[in-house]
This record gives sequence, C-alpha cells and structure tokens, in this order.
Amino acid sequence: MIECLIFAVFSFACLGYFSKNILKIKRNISLGRKLDRSDKKAERLKTMLLVAFGQKKMFSRPLPAVLHFCLYVAFMITSLELLEIFADGLSGNHRLFRSSLGSFYTFIVSFIEVLSVLALIATFAFLSRRNLLKIPRFQMSEMKGWPKLDGNLILFIEIILVSFIFTMNGADEVLYNNGHAHGSSTAGSYNFAVSQHLGPLLFDSFSNSQLHVLERIGWWGHIVLVLLFLNYLPYSKHFHILLAFPNTYYSNLEKKGKFSNMESVTNEVKLMMDPTADPYAVPAEPVAEPQSFGAKDVTDLTWKNLMDAYTCTECGRCTSSCPANITGKLLSPRKVMMDTRDRLEELGDYKQKNGKDASDGKSLLGDYISEEELWACTSCNACVDECPVNIDPLSIIIDLRRYLVMEQSKVPSELAGMLTNIENNGAPWQFSPTDRLNWANED
Amino acid sequence: MADCLAKGEIPEILFWVGCAGSFDDRAKKITKAVVKILNKCKIDFAVLGTEENCTGDPAKRAGNEFTFQMQAMMNIQVLDAYEVKNIVTACPHCFNTLKNEYSDLGGNYNVIHHSQLIQSLINDGKLQIEDKSVFKGKKITFHDPCYLGRANDVYDAPREMIIKLDAELIEMKRCRSKGLFCGAGGAQMFKEAEPGKKEVNIERTEDALETKPDFIATGCPFCNTMMTDGIKNAEKEDTVKVLDVAELIANAADL
Repeated sequence: MIECLIFAVFSFACLGYFSKNILKIKRNISLGRKLDRSDKKAERLKTMLLVAFGQKKMFSRPLPAVLHFCLYVAFMITSLELLEIFADGLSGNHRLFRSSLGSFYTFIVSFIEVLSVLALIATFAFLSRRNLLKIPRFQMSEMKGWPKLDGNLILFIEIILVSFIFTMNGADEVLYNNGHAHGSSTAGSYNFAVSQHLGPLLFDSFSNSQLHVLERIGWWGHIVLVLLFLNYLPYSKHFHILLAFPNTYYSNLEKKGKFSNMESVTNEVKLMMDPTADPYAVPAEPVAEPQSFGAKDVTDLTWKNLMDAYTCTECGRCTSSCPANITGKLLSPRKVMMDTRDRLEELGDYKQKNGKDASDGKSLLGDYISEEELWACTSCNACVDECPVNIDPLSIIIDLRRYLVMEQSKVPSELAGMLTNIENNGAPWQFSPTDRLNWANED
Repeated sequence: MADCLAKGEIPEILFWVGCAGSFDDRAKKITKAVVKILNKCKIDFAVLGTEENCTGDPAKRAGNEFTFQMQAMMNIQVLDAYEVKNIVTACPHCFNTLKNEYSDLGGNYNVIHHSQLIQSLINDGKLQIEDKSVFKGKKITFHDPCYLGRANDVYDAPREMIIKLDAELIEMKRCRSKGLFCGAGGAQMFKEAEPGKKEVNIERTEDALETKPDFIATGCPFCNTMMTDGIKNAEKEDTVKVLDVAELIANAADL
C-alpha cells in the first residue's frame, strides 16, 4: 500500500514538473511572430506521417537510419509497457494485463524484449560513432561542452534503462521457474523471447528473496528512470521525440525556392509606384504597430522558426551538406538553430523574471550569430532538404540578412554595388539596358 | 515584344533571356542555342529586349526586399501590358523568381525552364536529334542547379535530354537533391567568398572530374561560369567542356 502511495506521489510530481516545463516552452515559442499554417490539413498530415512517423528523410543515410529506427520503434512499443507499469504501480498488482491478454501478452513483451536488444546494439553503435569513430559532424565547435555531454547522456540512460528491463523480467522469470511467481506456486516460464534464456543465465545462483529484491529494483529503476528522463527532455536536444510530430505537420509546403514575401514592403512599394497616391493620407484602416524589417532577435522570427529551434536534435546533417561549411566557412546551419534556441531560452527566462516587455539589451544577431556567418550562406537549400524533421534554417538566415540590409544598411561592398546596378541599370552588372538585345545581332 | 504588339500579335510564349543571357559572353551562346531550338521548332515566341529588367532575384537573396519588389512590380507591369501568359527562361534563378515569387505581388504566369520545354519538344516529336554521333558514347555528367533541382524539384527533364543524345549519363556522388551547389547562388556570384579553406566551385568541379567526363552539362548560366572556372583551375579545359543542355541539343540537332 505504501509502495502504491509513493508511486502515485512520485509520478504525479514528475508529470507536474514536466507539464510546467512544457508550458514554458509553449510560452517561449509563442513569443514568435504570427504565421498562418492552418491550411492544407490533409497534405500536412501526410507529411507528418511520412517524415516523422515513417522517418522517410532519415533513410538517405541508411546505416544511422536503421540504427535510429531500432531505437525509435523500441521507444514507441516500450511506451505500451508503461501502461501496465502504471496500472500495476497504482493498483499494487503484478503483471495486471497478463491473465486477460494471454498469449498476446507473451508476444508483446517478447517483441519489446527483442526491440530492447536491438536498441541496445544501436546505442553502443551510436556511442562509438560519437566517441571512437569521431564522425566529423559531431566534432564541430558548436558541439563542445553541454551538447556533447547531452548526446552521450541520453545514450547512457538508454543502456541503464534496458538493463533495468532485463533485470526485472529476468529475475521474474527465475522466480517463476522456482515456483515463486506472484500469486502462483506452480513452476513454469513466462516464455518471453529474451528473458527466458537471459534470466536463468544471470540469476540462477540467487535466492528467492534476493530475486524478489532484484525484480523490484528492476521495476522501480525502470519507471523512475522513465519519469526522470521525461523531465530531462525539455532541457535536452532529445526533445525532438515529441516536437518532431507537430514540427513536420507545420512544415513549409511551398517550393523551397520561394522566399517569403514581405507584406510591409509591398505596401510601401505600391505607394511609391502609384502616381495618384497621397503619401500624407490617413490610412483607410488603422495600421498595426510598425514592425522592423527582417529579424534582429528571436521575437522577430515566426513561431515556426522557434519551434524549429526546439525541435533540432543537433544531428548536423544540415551542416555536413552545407557548401559553405564544407569549404571551411564559418557558417553552420546547425549552429544557427542552436543559437536561436539558446537565445530564446535566455530571453524567455528574462521576460519571466522582469515582465513581458523587458529587454536585456542582447540580440540573436550580433551576440549569437555574426554577419560573417550570414553572408556565407548560398541559399542553396541543402540544409532544408537534409533535415529529417523539416527544420528550415535558411528562413532564419534570410530574415537576419534582411535586418542587416534594410534596417542597418550593412551590406558587403560588392553587393552594394550589385544592388545599385540593379536599381540603375536593371541588371546586377554595370551594363546599359539599351545593350540588352545586342546578343541577337552578334555572330 | 513591342514589334509584335505593333502588329497586333500576341506570341505564344515569352523567352525571358535574363541578365546573364543578355550580357555575359559565355551565357549569350546559351541564349543563341535556345533561340536556334525555338526557331527550328517554329515556336511562336518573342523577347522583351531592352524592356527586360532584372527579376530582382539577387536583391531578394541579399536581403534587400525593397529593391526586389521594385523590380518585380515594374516587370509585372511590363509583362501584363503585353498580356504574357507563358514564359520560358534559361536561367533557374529567373525561373524560380518569376514562377514562385511574383504571384504574391500579382504576377501570375505559367513559367517553365528551357530544359522542360526542350524535353517536351523532343517527346512530342517536334525536335529531332539528327546527328546522334556527336555525343554517342560520350560521358556526360549533369550538375543540378540548386534553384532548378532542390528549389523546384526539376531533376529529370535535363537528364532525359542527355539520355536522348545516346550519351552515357554519369552521376556525380553528390547528385539530385543531394547535389552540392556551384558557389554562385544567394547573391554569392557578386561578391568574394567569406574566408575558408576552399572555394565551393573548386570542390564541386572535383566531384564532376571524379566521373571522368567528356562534358559537364548544366542548366544555369551561373553554374556554367562557376564550373568553367573550376575546370580552368584544374587545368582540364582541353579535355572537359562545360555546356548547357540547350547547347548539347543544338549541337546534336546540327543547328
């Protein structure tokens, strides 16, 4: 009874703290500018099913895709087992669903066990890729410190989690073999695919009372770790396991080459080009508060940009396919996403303490992302195409560029020349527009 | 176009030449190849000539939305004045901007890339490859322009044209949606690169040379420049030629 009470209190506390953090992230994301992505529901659902559920884009790199898929499926299916753990924990029962589900129960738990073994193999492979093989994209400067530790911590937690599952099922199996199973004195086997062999192999020499303790350690260890892990997520790149779904649902469905149109500019340009317009006229409808052109800080980005930042799992596929980064330039699309998230966390906390309109005098542009990084971008869309969860670093880069150019007039001098040429000659080079048709008369 | 209007004709399709195609000596050859193909197929087309203006693409990529929209609005006024419905262009940057970004400003046209037009002309039997021996068995690798491929999902049209030439199409290790870009887009063409260990076009040319090609084909005047520079840098200009897909077809069709 006391065990049930402890379980209930602990679970409640963990879920409560998790909800608090989720609300904080939701609040931070809603600091972003408005953007309407409520259209094309069917197409959005399809994108989510393919890209998030089906992990379609992962498979462009088959080896990590298969390994990741093992972890992903193991995670999804093991969540089913949590249902029983919660039911057992709150009711004080043992394997509550076994009697009603019968052989299907054996199948499901066996399936979970097999997947857990695959997940364990994948975990070791991932650890060695990160730490022994030193895959270049995990060694870049933005991956020093916490991001590196974060990546490894998740994998260690996974190993401990799987160990607890097999301690629980293995000890339970030996107890059953010895005729000491819960609520039954007949000897037998659960016939779970892995633990029916692994249990006797590991725990045969243990006494029944030791086995009971082991089984409890496995059970408690498993659920405690799961609940702690849940609360670790909001602080970790691993948050993608939740946000991947909404983030792919709200993907940009336009052609990648189409950059957003700035309405605020359109109004100005129309006014300039209309000879009958009265520039001093009072606007027919009340205009919204004037916005700056482009983005200086995270609050100038759209909420989807900010959701992107929280979804990023720092895999670095974007950076490893970025032509600027490949050729040694400073730009890394992954760093753009990590900077956006770090800045958003910082600003969100500051606003929480000092009120909604407070400003800490810092900004994403300048304090986090430098002009040199922004001008190295070629707008080739390789990063957008690579991202397994449809993050769009390019739109952030372009918005920051817009701020540099239109608010601060900070343009590299060659580009300033190009822009002047377009304005004066109608071409990026200094040719006379009257020479445009010369090609037709040349040989 | 103005001449057509004077005669009271509205041509079926407008050939948008683009700044590179109008002023760059190398790209002018691509423009002429496209015109030869259009004439050969008796396509009713016209060009804007001196009334054409930069689409504003490099301004938009450089973050200057004002300059972009000024250009776009002026171009839309000209295009609408001539009642243009269909546009073909040999530049993927113009293609992307006209097709995707003019609609928000009120310019709605049916825009295709020259590789798509030529491919449909071949498929419809309007264009015959007369001399297949020119490229028969030659190794051709295709470099995907980023604003044609990734930006607009056009990957197959240029490739099918190369196959029609009886040439051997060899893919680079980074191709199609995984293609490395040439180094010119996003207004990079008009400035020096940021400090780094290598120029992008050199890296991309190395990809292309790995396939040991006789020709590097592309569908963009800027890619053409970057790859040609890369080939010169590798001192391979005697053995490897960089050609636009339109030039491949024009050569083979003996135009």
